[in-house]
Amino acid sequence: MSNTDLKVKVWRGTQEGEFIEYLVPRNPNQTVLDVVTYIQRKLDPTLSYRFACRVGMCGSCAMTVNGVARWTCRTHVSQIVKGDSLEIAPLNNLPVIKDLATDMREFFDKWKGAVGFFKGDKTRHDDFAKVEPESTQRQLANAGIECIGCGVCYSSCEVVQSRPNYLGPAALNRAWTLTNDVRDVQQLDRLRAVAGDEGCHACHTQGSCTERCPKKIEPTASIAGLKKLVARAAVRGSKWGKL
Amino acid sequence: MSSRPTLDLRAKSHLSYFAYVCHRFSGLLLACFIPLHFLMLSQSLRGASDFERYLGLTDFWVFKFGEWALVILLAIHLIGGIRLLIIEFGPWRGLRKAWTQLAILFGIACGLLFLYLAN
Amino acid sequence: MSQGVLQAKLWYAQRISAMVLGLCVSIHLLIIFYAIRGGLTAEEILGRTQGNVPFAIFYEIFVLACFVHAPIGLANILEETFSRGFISRLLPWVLAALILVLGSTAVVGVYTGGNV
Repeated sequence: MSNTDLKVKVWRGTQEGEFIEYLVPRNPNQTVLDVVTYIQRKLDPTLSYRFACRVGMCGSCAMTVNGVARWTCRTHVSQIVKGDSLEIAPLNNLPVIKDLATDMREFFDKWKGAVGFFKGDKTRHDDFAKVEPESTQRQLANAGIECIGCGVCYSSCEVVQSRPNYLGPAALNRAWTLTNDVRDVQQLDRLRAVAGDEGCHACHTQGSCTERCPKKIEPTASIAGLKKLVARAAVRGSKWGKL
Repeated sequence: MSSRPTLDLRAKSHLSYFAYVCHRFSGLLLACFIPLHFLMLSQSLRGASDFERYLGLTDFWVFKFGEWALVILLAIHLIGGIRLLIIEFGPWRGLRKAWTQLAILFGIACGLLFLYLAN
Repeated sequence: MSQGVLQAKLWYAQRISAMVLGLCVSIHLLIIFYAIRGGLTAEEILGRTQGNVPFAIFYEIFVLACFVHAPIGLANILEETFSRGFISRLLPWVLAALILVLGSTAVVGVYTGGNV
């Protein structure tokens, strides 16, 4: 275990700014979040960054580390350090508020844009909806519902970068889980929202989202599912109406 | 002062992205080549000996290299395309990385076979 | 047709033509490797294709599948690189016309061998 300090370049500024280098003592089992926290507490209190649970459950600490979007609390320095250097930047594809904190409004607005929210038609006076847990649809939905909206997939996607209105992997993944929710009553609106250039058809199966998701969710699969569903609806009509 | 960093090669250095680049690149070059290929073949309308004369125009090494490269690109685009069809229409079993490796191997195999069989 | 429906249909058409091409290209590669042994002359080509109806049908299907598949692919690339300008709307149609016309001419050409 080397005892030289880590040379950590951290983005300071907003859309314009620069990388400032800090020297951080190495420790065993050190995570990138530990490094950022050390810098802010001991070296430069003006550094802005986000974290919450620090145990890999909330997704708040996502940043770009050595060019790759990761959860910093779940990234050991020893895993990704290059010699004794690290580069830490804010998540890509999102506007920078300050330093390592990004504005995630567009990310969540696109969830709404993809109709990535549930709406049913039962009230408290109706019986419970019966959803068979082993059914194909429920299995498909389950594969994608663990998403906590951390933004790693969104910041890894080149299509998001090149197409500002593209809904993105997280929103489309959420939409897919809801198309498989038999209780939801907005399916036609949802299909319309996810079709077209801003929706699933802009995806080129580059797979960065699936590669990087810390929860091993596979938006590529969800988007492929949406493509098939939308194509069938466009050509043959869907069980919810004409697209 | 500079602009904030954007997605660079480090983010895209994984097999599926490489597969995407190969597929797009090979597809684009094939799209440019196909009309020329058809144009050459349509010279067959002039009869065998004139057709032979036009074919002779491609005897320069540049064309021979181009033909060889296009067979490789076709092979890569074919296997990469099958991979995409399986991802989009088949049962989901991940990003099918073995198919990407197969595309590269098949491209190499076709390249070698072409060199061996052509005179 | 709304934009979403159009994109969906184009996506579907490109994938269906891709399936057809998967078959055609595989067969075509086998034919290429068989035919180029020891060089390839016009007479050898025409000797196999002239008057050969199954060949002509196969290659015309091939041309039609290309006619659908390639322009849609090109359109996607152009639209992403140059956004929805005049060029990105025109070039795919130009490619489509070239493939259809030149391709069918080529099929007719090798089928007739010049004896129309």
